[in-house]
Amino acid sequence: MRGMQVPSHVEYARATSIGHALSLLTSPEARPLAGGHSLIPMMKLRLAQPELVVDITGLRELAYITLGKGAEGGDELRIGALTTHAALLGDDLVDEMFPILTDAERVIADPIVRNWGTVGGSLCQADPSEDLSAAFSAARATAVIATASGSRTVPVRDFHLGPYQTVIEPGELLTEIRVPVRDGTGSAYEKVERRAGDWSIAAVGAVLTIEDNAVMTAGIGLTAVGAPHFAATEAEDHLTGRPATAESFAAAAELAAAHCRPVADQRGPEDYKRALVVELAQRALARAAARAGGER
Amino acid sequence: MRVTITVNGTEYTRDVEPRLLLVHFLRDELGLTGTHWGCDTSNCGVCVVWLDGTPVKSCTVLTPMADGREIRTVEGLETAEGLDPVQQGFMECHGLQCGFCTPGMMLTARWLLDREPDPDEQTIREAISGQACRCTGYENIVRSVRWAARQQAAQAAQAAESEVTV
Repeated sequence: MRGMQVPSHVEYARATSIGHALSLLTSPEARPLAGGHSLIPMMKLRLAQPELVVDITGLRELAYITLGKGAEGGDELRIGALTTHAALLGDDLVDEMFPILTDAERVIADPIVRNWGTVGGSLCQADPSEDLSAAFSAARATAVIATASGSRTVPVRDFHLGPYQTVIEPGELLTEIRVPVRDGTGSAYEKVERRAGDWSIAAVGAVLTIEDNAVMTAGIGLTAVGAPHFAATEAEDHLTGRPATAESFAAAAELAAAHCRPVADQRGPEDYKRALVVELAQRALARAAARAGGER
Repeated sequence: MRVTITVNGTEYTRDVEPRLLLVHFLRDELGLTGTHWGCDTSNCGVCVVWLDGTPVKSCTVLTPMADGREIRTVEGLETAEGLDPVQQGFMECHGLQCGFCTPGMMLTARWLLDREPDPDEQTIREAISGQACRCTGYENIVRSVRWAARQQAAQAAQAAESEVTV
């Protein structure tokens, strides 16, 4: 007797370089396989039935966290797509610059899954309940995609076309996430789940740049509540230029809840999810503001 | 396809379908039934083994992903010197009742103690938070890991002392 959940027939290839991976991935029926913690469950459920999986775990050149210079001259945090959740969670530079990522990683799955699941895999799974997508959306990160002719960059807010769909074409591979670094920035992620390691019922990420107690830039990411591109743009627009106060945050939180589109499911009814967004957005914004002011 | 996988120090070569999950390779191909097969959805953690030294839920690994790599299962915890302190701890502190979650729990505990020899209760609970036990309420598992930590610290102290004496 074999398992109830068995992937259908699939071929396996191990990539020896990024170029090799790209050439193996030219078929629309091929999928890159990293930690496997999104793809293999999808294959067991037959929601994904690739003809070929291309194992890229050996491409260690895609597992890194470094600081670089952005196109506009500012610093940017660069995260290789093969960076595991555990590596992101354990990185001091990440925690110092973008505690939103540390907050999110603490509540993504469990320690064993975090050992193997990767940042790139999570983004490419494009699950509407996936935490890093909202965190990177809040941080206005950019995705770097390797192509046959070189590479292209896509803002994370344009990366997801919808549930389980991204802009990545056959013959391409997500290689890096770049997060712009600005002085005076604080960030936080607040999530409510049913039990340890579960998907979000709702979650909110906030990235605020504050100068003289005024919000210069606001990034607000929403998880699992049907927000287009995981972002609360109306709330961001409202907050920009306003004083960083509880009143401003409350108004922004109401806007975020009003404009998202949660659906009732086994995790709760729609009005409950909107109520969570109001509360979690205020908490995330307040914590992000406190961190912008130097608090941990 | 042909894979060669080192399991508990022994190299095995087998022809497998690429879709074969590692948990079934270990149990059905190698007869190593100490690794259990539970929820099949990477939630319960009874299938935890080490892959190249890091715990993984083996129901979420395709066997070819382990080709050329090293696996450690619960059968590989015992050494020539006897049971691992973690195994002794589970015996001493009744860290198991039905025993279904035990192999995964012990492999995670061994990994934790290798990295953090004196973990507090919160650290232990966090480490095993991706693994379900329906018997013990986790209390006795935490006690077992604490017992193992004390035991190996005592053994290390004893070894250091006997070295000085010699």
